[in-house]
Amino acid sequence: MTIIDIKDLSFSYAGAARQSLRNVNLEVKKGEFVIVTGPSGCGKTTLCRCLNGLVPNFYAGELTGEVFVCGLDVRHQPTSVLSRHVGFVFQNPENQLFSLTVERDVAFGPENLGLSREETRRRVEWALKVTEIEGLRDRAPYELSGGQQQRAALASVLAMKPEVMVLDEPTSFLDPRSSREILSVVAKLNKELGITVILVEHRLDLATRHCNRIVVLDKGMVALDGPPRSVYGKQAHLIGIGVPKVTLLFHLLKQDGVEIEKIPVTVEEAEAELRGLLTN
Amino acid sequence: MITVENLRYVYPNGNEVLRDVNLHIEDGDFVAIMGENGAGKTTLVKTFNGLLKPTDGRVLIDDVETRKTSVAALARSVGLVFQNPDHQLFCETVRDEVAYSLRNFGYPSDVIERRVRGVLETLDLMPYVDSSPFMLSGGERKRVALASVLVWNPKHIVLDEPTIGQDYQQKDRLRNFIVQLNAQQKTVVVVTHDVEFIAECRPRVVLLSGGRIMADGKAEEILTDKALTERASLLRPQISLLFSSVANLPHDVIDVFSAKAVINSAVRRRT
Repeated sequence: MTIIDIKDLSFSYAGAARQSLRNVNLEVKKGEFVIVTGPSGCGKTTLCRCLNGLVPNFYAGELTGEVFVCGLDVRHQPTSVLSRHVGFVFQNPENQLFSLTVERDVAFGPENLGLSREETRRRVEWALKVTEIEGLRDRAPYELSGGQQQRAALASVLAMKPEVMVLDEPTSFLDPRSSREILSVVAKLNKELGITVILVEHRLDLATRHCNRIVVLDKGMVALDGPPRSVYGKQAHLIGIGVPKVTLLFHLLKQDGVEIEKIPVTVEEAEAELRGLLTN
Repeated sequence: MITVENLRYVYPNGNEVLRDVNLHIEDGDFVAIMGENGAGKTTLVKTFNGLLKPTDGRVLIDDVETRKTSVAALARSVGLVFQNPDHQLFCETVRDEVAYSLRNFGYPSDVIERRVRGVLETLDLMPYVDSSPFMLSGGERKRVALASVLVWNPKHIVLDEPTIGQDYQQKDRLRNFIVQLNAQQKTVVVVTHDVEFIAECRPRVVLLSGGRIMADGKAEEILTDKALTERASLLRPQISLLFSSVANLPHDVIDVFSAKAVINSAVRRRT
């Protein structure tokens, strides 16, 4: 089932000299885990903003083409309606947490949907449990570590029970261990709850293992689109994508004439490939 | 020269963030300060330009104690680029933003024009010279913030998480740029979680955890140490993980190009 359907989408911000998105076509099926990546300024964040209507309803500009998310035309739906379907997690959790306790922050979404007290409570409990921060419910978000804050942000979005989660570089302020943990929580939401995930990332070394598909944007256009191995196999690193270091290593070895069976996309695959190389 | 002696820092709310920190950084050094969220990295670099004054101990910049001078005076020699560019950008155009400090320092307009152009070209920002910084992407804003500090040519440059939002090419540029700065005897201190970036640069690494320095040495030694990196919530670089798990490979290789050389010669020996 198609959950995101983008046809011939172009957008330029009001007053901008160039288009941020140019003729983008993208169809995402329910339950996919898609990484969106590309060089700095390629239109990744703009594309995300189209998915919950922030573009063009909040960030004005000229939009042509169509964006349907969960069957809704984002141009003609208020953000309040879209937010029931599409959850948004930003780069810096400080930008989306504002209450005095984690619990209050997580309850904010369901309360604003007008849900009953019991249902709000149920959803808060569930969201805190899934993100494994039940113990932090009474803490103030500003006194938490970056990783804990990002979990709280995830929980606050999750409590709205969205079908699609859009995460815009959610790990860039986090240390590597917290990054890995947040990404596995996101992977769990995808696998166990079937939530469709759109993850914007530059650092592909940690995220690649969780996705089934990578979309590379370049200058506002879709440059590459496919499973990780096929995208990395097309030498994504040549257009400025930070492919995992083990992938880059084997690309370079192959260029040097070393016989490589398959280009690895994770460390484990690289280990197997390298053992084969050194023992055959 | 940056010297930190027995530094302790306690925030007004009583939170003790740094303890027993001793550090000496020579001119022309490239040092990465790494460690978990909340380890005290940003607090430490804020003592370098006097934004924070030590609770105990002292910080000296070129032999002048930060407590005995002003932030304004220190700003000329220590340029600090914040983690979040939105904390330091405020002008209408990229040009005005980058020219701001030079105008404040009273430079003539032809010098300002030349310097602004130079730094914008270096950082690949000329196409945006007349744009509002707030129209730019996160990664681009980050580079504008960097440009606005580099333009006044400080002797010591401190970059807080410079690789956030930067793609592979921009990181490559940044790395080459740091090498150039070092060649001019400028000190570069980078606060970062970006293990893979540091693995490619291989600077001196100072590992901070829970407000104390846990280790201070070569990137090849620290980033390949499983116990140390785990304590500081870091992950080892992919190349290090790969090399430590396959028999008979050296354990101090952390960057792609060294790894390629080692594997190439091992393969050649076999054939």
